[in-house]
Amino acid sequence: MNGRMAFPPWATALMLLALAAFVVLVVLSIRRNRGFRRTLFSFPYSLWIVVFTIIPLLLIGYYAFTDRMGQFTLDNFKTFWDSNFEMNKQLTQLGFDPAALGSARGTVNVDTLVYSLWMALACTLICLLIGYPAALFMADRNFRLGSTLVILFIIPMWMNFLLRTIAWMSLLEDNGLINTLLKALGLPKAQLMYNSQAVLLGMVYNYLPFMVFPIYNSLSKQDRRLTEASMDLGANPALTFLKVTMPLSLPGVVSGITMVFMPSVTTFFIPRVLGGGNTEMFGDLIERTFLSADNWNVGSALSLIMMVLILLSLSLLRKVDPEGEGGSMI
Amino acid sequence: MKKLATLLLSALLLLSALPALAQGGGVVNVFNWEDYINEDVIAMFEEETGIKVNYMRFTLNEDMMVQVRTSPGAFDVVFPSDYAIERMIAEDLLQPIDFAKVPNAENTLDWLKNPDYDPENRYSVPYMWGTVGILYDTTRVKGPVDSWGALFDEQYKGEVFMMDSPRDTLGVALKYLGYSVNSKNPQEIQAAANLLIGQKQKGIVKAYQVDETKDKMVAGEGILALVWSGDAQYAINLNPDLAYVVPREGSNVWVDGMVIPAQAKNPENAQAFIDFLCRPDIAQLNCEYIEYSSPNAGAIALMGEEYTTNENLNPSQETIDNCEFFHDNNDVKVLYDTFWGMVKNAK
Amino acid sequence: MTRFLKRGYLALVLLFLYVPIVVLIIQSFNAGVSRAKWEGFSLKWYIDLFRSPAIMNALYITLTIALLSALIATVLGTLAAIGIHAMQRRPQGLMMTLTNIPMTMPDIVTGISLMLLFIFTQVPRGYVTMLLAHITFNIPYVILSVMPKLKQMNRFSYEAALDLGATPGYALRRVILPAVMPGVVTGALLSFTLSLDDFTISYFTTSPLVQNLSTLIYSEARKGIKPTMNALSALMFVSLLVLLLAVNRRVSRTNEN
Repeated sequence: MNGRMAFPPWATALMLLALAAFVVLVVLSIRRNRGFRRTLFSFPYSLWIVVFTIIPLLLIGYYAFTDRMGQFTLDNFKTFWDSNFEMNKQLTQLGFDPAALGSARGTVNVDTLVYSLWMALACTLICLLIGYPAALFMADRNFRLGSTLVILFIIPMWMNFLLRTIAWMSLLEDNGLINTLLKALGLPKAQLMYNSQAVLLGMVYNYLPFMVFPIYNSLSKQDRRLTEASMDLGANPALTFLKVTMPLSLPGVVSGITMVFMPSVTTFFIPRVLGGGNTEMFGDLIERTFLSADNWNVGSALSLIMMVLILLSLSLLRKVDPEGEGGSMI
Repeated sequence: MKKLATLLLSALLLLSALPALAQGGGVVNVFNWEDYINEDVIAMFEEETGIKVNYMRFTLNEDMMVQVRTSPGAFDVVFPSDYAIERMIAEDLLQPIDFAKVPNAENTLDWLKNPDYDPENRYSVPYMWGTVGILYDTTRVKGPVDSWGALFDEQYKGEVFMMDSPRDTLGVALKYLGYSVNSKNPQEIQAAANLLIGQKQKGIVKAYQVDETKDKMVAGEGILALVWSGDAQYAINLNPDLAYVVPREGSNVWVDGMVIPAQAKNPENAQAFIDFLCRPDIAQLNCEYIEYSSPNAGAIALMGEEYTTNENLNPSQETIDNCEFFHDNNDVKVLYDTFWGMVKNAK
Repeated sequence: MTRFLKRGYLALVLLFLYVPIVVLIIQSFNAGVSRAKWEGFSLKWYIDLFRSPAIMNALYITLTIALLSALIATVLGTLAAIGIHAMQRRPQGLMMTLTNIPMTMPDIVTGISLMLLFIFTQVPRGYVTMLLAHITFNIPYVILSVMPKLKQMNRFSYEAALDLGATPGYALRRVILPAVMPGVVTGALLSFTLSLDDFTISYFTTSPLVQNLSTLIYSEARKGIKPTMNALSALMFVSLLVLLLAVNRRVSRTNEN
């Protein structure tokens, strides 16, 4: 533990350097600027970012590239690729030949990542399929209840997310409400919980509003005259939708996808409650590595990989919506 | 803007000062397992001693140890299990208890007085003990349940709850294969993991969970479950169709002790709290509430036949002798964790 | 016909969103502990709720953290947005990228990185650290809701005010703030909501002694949720619903006038 606390001098130096560079940057930006005094307003925030965002990230980076003794190493990333790596290292140290276990590469970590990406993709797709028509109908000018419905979509999000998920449990259990109902109707019992589908359901339930809002926003902001013009020019409603409404709502779709996909990849808790702990998602894996397995170095490496992946997919999405103005939630 | 800032700052200061104010008198910061004390006992202690109890909970030894390591000084009394005590002693996380201030520790049963995990009995006082076994629904099992084999039986496909805890679940598999629950032999651990992976792939396991299991068994959500004896007793009280058995292959017997972290800020109060929990009438209150086995001879005498005749709470010496304590396995922990990862992610 | 179908579809989606909540509320009046069996109507869990010091304490912590973090984040974030808006293109881009980082970071990474920071600096985790963490993830949302309003503003009105002899503070209060107020309010509300609902980041940045509702529910959930929690969420839900409807009515009334 003590070895873990003490930073080698180079790490401290690096952090100080980053801090200094940042301060210089801020000062430069202020000096060059005409709106001199106003830029000062952002100074407390700059400091805040450095302390509570940049330094913590540097810490993650530090742990990801060091071992328990604080020495530089790439082993943590090897452990991501081969989940047996740490174990085999320990076995060799104990004088046991890892080959005797017939152990090939351990794929647990990579599999978990692939599974999480797959689940997040499925969740995003389902949310899009359910959410787009809902947003479209709500944004309809002839539909007066639209704005009220938006509020109805927000309210469930104000209930605690853990409680919302647990509420599903009482519906899906073997002796839960749905099965009790099935039984009363003389139908066979269905296995609704403790599997990936239940996890997916929980995810869609929790993230659906994040898909509906941005799409609704971009649809309701659209200039009505455009669709009218399209109709006047002889396009039927379907063609109008395809050629006018849909392309114009694309920014909303992009930010909806972003807002659903990001949190879904690192979902944790839902697999434990609705999936019965039968599958792990990447968030669970990071948590387990940090807490139960008490391995901060590998945990940090996993977090770093997660972040890089998310930044990559984000920049991909940015290409579709370069201005990033697809309407946030607001 | 200035006014707002002043207001904000004073509000912040006030709020952060609130907990400090509450700590003006004597306090003891207690870190115990989830649902592991009769809450009346806390109130009684506060009333009798005037010491305020800050009560905190954890669910896994591993989580608890991370907390104790990373927040030194936050806790005065902690309730780790046997192997965790051994680990914490090795990491210098504990301070010796001044037994002159804990006279009631004398009530401890003889066989728990100098346990393997704390050989000189300097750091810990036993709080509760129990076994690991199978809780089953007598109306739905096909045939007698007296072996770990039942958990791996395909008849019970989709009806078995396992524990979401690497040591307990791998330990049971090791025991079933005839090995020690403390095995450090990689091949044995691998065999145990393969057994569990097979069990999962055949669809026998319904879920891996810890504290949820007891309520689910009461509700009839599963037929068999791997549980601790106290959870079993809790479930049996609510649903008489359930029964508990320590399989014939032997099992794990465990003790949760009370310890004082090295950096504890109120060791005196901690000792007073530990002593209070060792008082026979208090130990009885706790034992009857939690329904694990009591290490307290005084409390057992008070509870009389109702306790001594209950096989789950008071297993025969033969059953105990057939069981093993967990030992600290730090040098092979990465093996357990890695194989556990494979079990959890087997498809 | 299509109109009917559209409404039916929306009703179905809303049903999906509300079924678990309705179930939860019904369960809160169930006399028994069981989730599936109805054992008679009772207000027992509501009484238990107000008698439980753990839940009341968690509620207090949740609400004060939400309020304080929203307040502080709104002040810092609004100032930051004004400052960033006045910057030149390149530093502005840098600041916006930095602002986006915490928003795109998975909650679990934010939580863990802050935990590492607090452990490294040996700040004992508890109320203050949780508050700091909540402010941290709230500020970017405030900035992003204030920014568009600043862009809509006339670029020169602030400078005009200065030329006319206003002090920067006066110009800020009288020129900028009124123009961006709607964005500030949205940011504050958003912060409050996010803080109220956060679990992951709180989980890593607090100690077991200082629990907010989320972390309390999390530790309870492991042993099967107690109906008192259902009662609590039912109460919170109804009060939020009433609040929202009241606000909505006021808004529509002012619109009519």
